[in-house]
Amino acid sequence: MALLPGPLTPFQPEVTTALDEVVITVTSDQLLKACDVLKEDASLSFDYLRCLSVVDYETHLQVVYHLWSREHRHKMVLKVDASSESPKVPSVIGVWRGADWFEREGHDLFGVDFEGHPDLKVLLLYEGFEGHPGLKSFPFHDYQEW
Amino acid sequence: MAIDKEPISKGISPSVPSWSQKWSRNASLELPQVSIAEGNVAPAAPYRSAAPGIITARTEDLFAMARKNSLWPLTFGLACCAIEMMSTYMANHDLDRMGVVTWPSPRQSDVMIVAGTVVKKMEEPIKLLYEQMPEPKWVIAMGSCATNGGPYYRSYSVVMGVDHIVPVDVYIPGCPPRPEALMEGILRLQDKIQHDARRYGGRTAERPPALPGDDTGSSS
Repeated sequence: MALLPGPLTPFQPEVTTALDEVVITVTSDQLLKACDVLKEDASLSFDYLRCLSVVDYETHLQVVYHLWSREHRHKMVLKVDASSESPKVPSVIGVWRGADWFEREGHDLFGVDFEGHPDLKVLLLYEGFEGHPGLKSFPFHDYQEW
Repeated sequence: MAIDKEPISKGISPSVPSWSQKWSRNASLELPQVSIAEGNVAPAAPYRSAAPGIITARTEDLFAMARKNSLWPLTFGLACCAIEMMSTYMANHDLDRMGVVTWPSPRQSDVMIVAGTVVKKMEEPIKLLYEQMPEPKWVIAMGSCATNGGPYYRSYSVVMGVDHIVPVDVYIPGCPPRPEALMEGILRLQDKIQHDARRYGGRTAERPPALPGDDTGSSS
């Protein structure tokens, strides 16, 4: 597989490799179109979202999508940057339905606002929890027993 | 009628120990050499001569013996400790022989084994389950997490020990504890039940408060 998948050329993505995977970084306004291409294009056909994770680099947040194609049995990684102040990333729930709980977890722990998600309520934390404990800026628990 | 001393009569064992004498399991049993001719008499124990073979006990002790030998734990597990707890219930370790029968309802349970990490989201359900259990009730904190938070100490989501929510009788260390450790904890709880009955009986006013600031005692 060529490093840059041909159908993705119009998006001018940044292409690197990590371990045995192709890593493609796109901007957030291109994300949905890129996802559509990645899933629908016959030569790519990434129909399975293996994992969705959020990374806090302190300067910015990054949403990482791990993709897998059941037909071609190949995999790749898609990355989107988001700002730390108001992280907004379009939801890919319309492309991969399984992104539902992943995005709710990312919203819980990192406060990423996945725009277009139908029900972005708390999944892991309890109702009324303040803050996003996944962020590196989240304070250490102030509980002291002695 | 003063019955300080009574003459030893026929058919009554003369080997009744004196209550002032400290009894020890290791003391060799020596039957006193008595003879009526020398004028020996048995200590005052009228029921022994009236109905030999009957022993007396306080009802609190009897209730405690009944309670401690039929501890029914509430069946719920929170994390990997529950796997060890299930293993303890199974045939290899067989808690049934100690009278421990798991019960799927808090309404008929005696003891709550908090097996696993108590996250803050689980705080309210645990409190509710504890309040649904009838008195008398006991709590075993199994493992490091239920004891003080364990590896999740000062985490954003974990309660620093289940004793912040409910009063705990027995703490079992380990991560997770082996089934033998859980069995030891249950035996310790049985000792505690018997000891509390001896020491406090039904007098709840003398029982120390189960939680700081709670002057009602753990059971009534």
